Amino acid sequence: MSLSTSSAVVGRPPGRFLPAARRTLLQAVPTVLGILVLNFILLQLVPGDVVDVISGESGGASLQSMDEMRRQFGLVGSLGERLAAHLGHLLRFDLGISPRYNAPVTELILGRLPNTLFLVVSGLLLAIMAGVLIGAAMATWAGRLPDRLLSILNLLLYSTPGFWIGLMLILLFSVRLGWLPANGYATIGVELTGLDWLLDRLRHAVLPVVTLATFFIAVYGRLTRAAMLEIRQQDFVRTARAKGLAPARIVFRHVLRNALMPITTVAGLHFAALFGGAAVTETVFGWPGLGRLTLEAVMTRDFNLLLGILLLSSLLVVVVNMLVDLLQLWLDPRIQSR
Amino acid sequence: MTSTRRRFLQQSSAATVLAGVPAWALLGATDALAQVTSTEGTLTAVMNPEPPVLVSFANTAGTSVTTSSKVLEGLLEYSHDLTPRPQLATSWTVSPDGLEYVFKLREGVRWHDGQAFTAADAAFSLQLAKRYHPRGTVTFAHLEAAEAVDAHTLRLKLARPAPYLLLALSAGETPILPSHRYTLDNALKNPLNAAPVGTGPFRFRQWERGSHIIYERNPDYWQPGKPAVATLVFRIVPDIAARLNGFQNKSLDIGESSPIPLSEVPNLGKYPHLATSTNGYQDNATMVILEFNLEREVFRKLEVRQAIAHALSREQVKRIAFYGYAIPSVSPVSAASFPRFHLDVQDPYPYSVETANRLLDAAGYPRKAGANRFDLTIHANPFNEGFKRTAHFIRSALARVGINVTVRELDPGSYTRTVYAERAFDFTVSGVSTMFDPTVGLQRVYYSKAFNPQVPWSNANRYQNPEVDRLLEAAAVEPDPAKRADFFKQFQAIVVREIPSIALVQVQSVTVYNKRVGGFDRTASGLRGNLADVHFTDV
Repeated sequence: MSLSTSSAVVGRPPGRFLPAARRTLLQAVPTVLGILVLNFILLQLVPGDVVDVISGESGGASLQSMDEMRRQFGLVGSLGERLAAHLGHLLRFDLGISPRYNAPVTELILGRLPNTLFLVVSGLLLAIMAGVLIGAAMATWAGRLPDRLLSILNLLLYSTPGFWIGLMLILLFSVRLGWLPANGYATIGVELTGLDWLLDRLRHAVLPVVTLATFFIAVYGRLTRAAMLEIRQQDFVRTARAKGLAPARIVFRHVLRNALMPITTVAGLHFAALFGGAAVTETVFGWPGLGRLTLEAVMTRDFNLLLGILLLSSLLVVVVNMLVDLLQLWLDPRIQSR
Repeated sequence: MTSTRRRFLQQSSAATVLAGVPAWALLGATDALAQVTSTEGTLTAVMNPEPPVLVSFANTAGTSVTTSSKVLEGLLEYSHDLTPRPQLATSWTVSPDGLEYVFKLREGVRWHDGQAFTAADAAFSLQLAKRYHPRGTVTFAHLEAAEAVDAHTLRLKLARPAPYLLLALSAGETPILPSHRYTLDNALKNPLNAAPVGTGPFRFRQWERGSHIIYERNPDYWQPGKPAVATLVFRIVPDIAARLNGFQNKSLDIGESSPIPLSEVPNLGKYPHLATSTNGYQDNATMVILEFNLEREVFRKLEVRQAIAHALSREQVKRIAFYGYAIPSVSPVSAASFPRFHLDVQDPYPYSVETANRLLDAAGYPRKAGANRFDLTIHANPFNEGFKRTAHFIRSALARVGINVTVRELDPGSYTRTVYAERAFDFTVSGVSTMFDPTVGLQRVYYSKAFNPQVPWSNANRYQNPEVDRLLEAAAVEPDPAKRADFFKQFQAIVVREIPSIALVQVQSVTVYNKRVGGFDRTASGLRGNLADVHFTDV
């Protein structure tokens, strides 16, 4: 983290946000470039290429057909030549063609991006809201019965694998009760508009979002509890209490706000990790997201596609980190950007 | 803070490891509400994995073949005994020397973009297949010229006879593409590969990647009144438990190639609307074969291979690895698909643990006081769960004769590289698609000239037998079916005895379907055919 806490600076010097954003973006350029080159080289070490996989899944091949494919997919030439070609394409904002899907990488990624963003953002928002509430409750009643009960619930959420929760939710809400759809992101083959369209999407999203959120609810719950307990001991909380503020106001304005710092840091990391890592939830619910695409790209050695996804996720990490920095500047005026 | 972060990341990635599904979670899914009710006239089929392309002239991945054949038809289709029947070709003649084929093509057929289908399209498509198709260099190896004699007559000239050629012209294997929309040089990058234009009973409408592909009825199809289904949807459902749920709650109508766990097939009886079929796979018999790396010292000894053959029971493979959905076969040539070529032979190495032990002792690998005779690694072909289960079965079967086997399961890319390119394997359970003819599908496994480390599914054994080569070469160009069958039978007699690889069972793929669907398995290709005859019946 490029932030430091300085208690000496009180108040809000002008332009705190802009320099922070600019500096993060500048640092991002060499980082992303490094990631690109490293990714490219690492992927060359993986055994097999996309033509091997295509030949394998086709149930046969000949040397001629394989050579023809390698030539058309640009898989010939030395490592340096191919890396130069790849970077050259990127300079022209061209992520290339996915050999296996025979389609532009940009098109493939953008086709999945909205679904993934929707799933991950709503899953994490749900997790943060529920987790912070649970954590606040646990901290408020620390050591007493509500805390114990919520801790048990938390432990269960934390230790149960997501795919199992997903399957159980499907069994209950989709198979037994028939309330919610179990698979896909929308009803196929019908043209819906307006509110119907939105409701259809939301109905399909409920189970995957809840499944994705469960584990993180536990994480944020524990994190909130620990942070709040620590902050409760601080002098300014005692001052607030001495001033005669209402307990609820102390909890939410003074304690929770400060406790949000570690949560925002971790949530930013989670968001970046889940961007391509929600594959399990996506698989169980047949959700056409980037996690499954990433998994397929790895399994089929579709490196053009994989490099595109990796580039996008590294950019996303940079952007999310920046947003988290800005959010923390806003949450805690004592933080000064350097 | 850093350590906490790292811990969270580790835990969240550990949570993304997908494990097995509890059996009881699969059961008891009863009369649930379907989330996509198959509206009147919509047939919902399920597939996995997602097809890479929707046209199967260069990539013949299973699901690509299934999707391609609905839009792009072939010259012929085949009955269950692999007898050619007209599709885009109405009649055909083969010259007595087997070097000239003349096809009369159907008149009045239009591409989905309105252009007329002509012999030029067919000629172009065969050239395309010869150049790009994974089997093109075998199937069309001797094709010298494919020319349009007139608008509806296609003539093929061959340098040498290709007795299997008439079997290679199905929609999935050799699709006929619109020559006015393709060029020979840039065919792999043609955008139509993901949005096909064909002559078939279904028109392509939409491909929502990762989710579904939608086709709609072609109102101008050359068979009036067909297909009797307004919309055809292929849903991509990656999770096998979700597929089972889908069949049970009626949101899925049909799925090919064992779409649900084979262990669950017996329980389908609880769902009166569901049925299964093993029909419609005749044109692609898959043989499960245990292939030895003959470059390994231990496998050069015939006694060791014989001992392993004695130690394995095909009945057990069938029952344990395939839940009964397999046909034991001593010969690698499928009896079901190629009754004329199949050699019905007694297993020279019947199941007998004692014989296996004796042979291993004689081969110079005695069992030293509780220790193993030797260690081996077996690689499991990743394209079918049954192959993996077979590998695990072999591990435990060979443990009984004192051979310690480690099973290695790799992903497809690593498997083909390890076994074929690097040859870093001892023996491997592989599935050989014997396709529509032994020359096209099976020759590559035994033919010494097919040994090529750069090509997957070639001669992995590195088997070299001049007599086998001679018989395979003779069979490949023999126009007379009786003589050809004789060559194949002599070939089988040799490889069944020498066992460079052991044929175990033929896979029986299962189609799961809702009983309201009919007419999907009338050809040897089943769901991989054009599905012109598919319809809904009143149950």
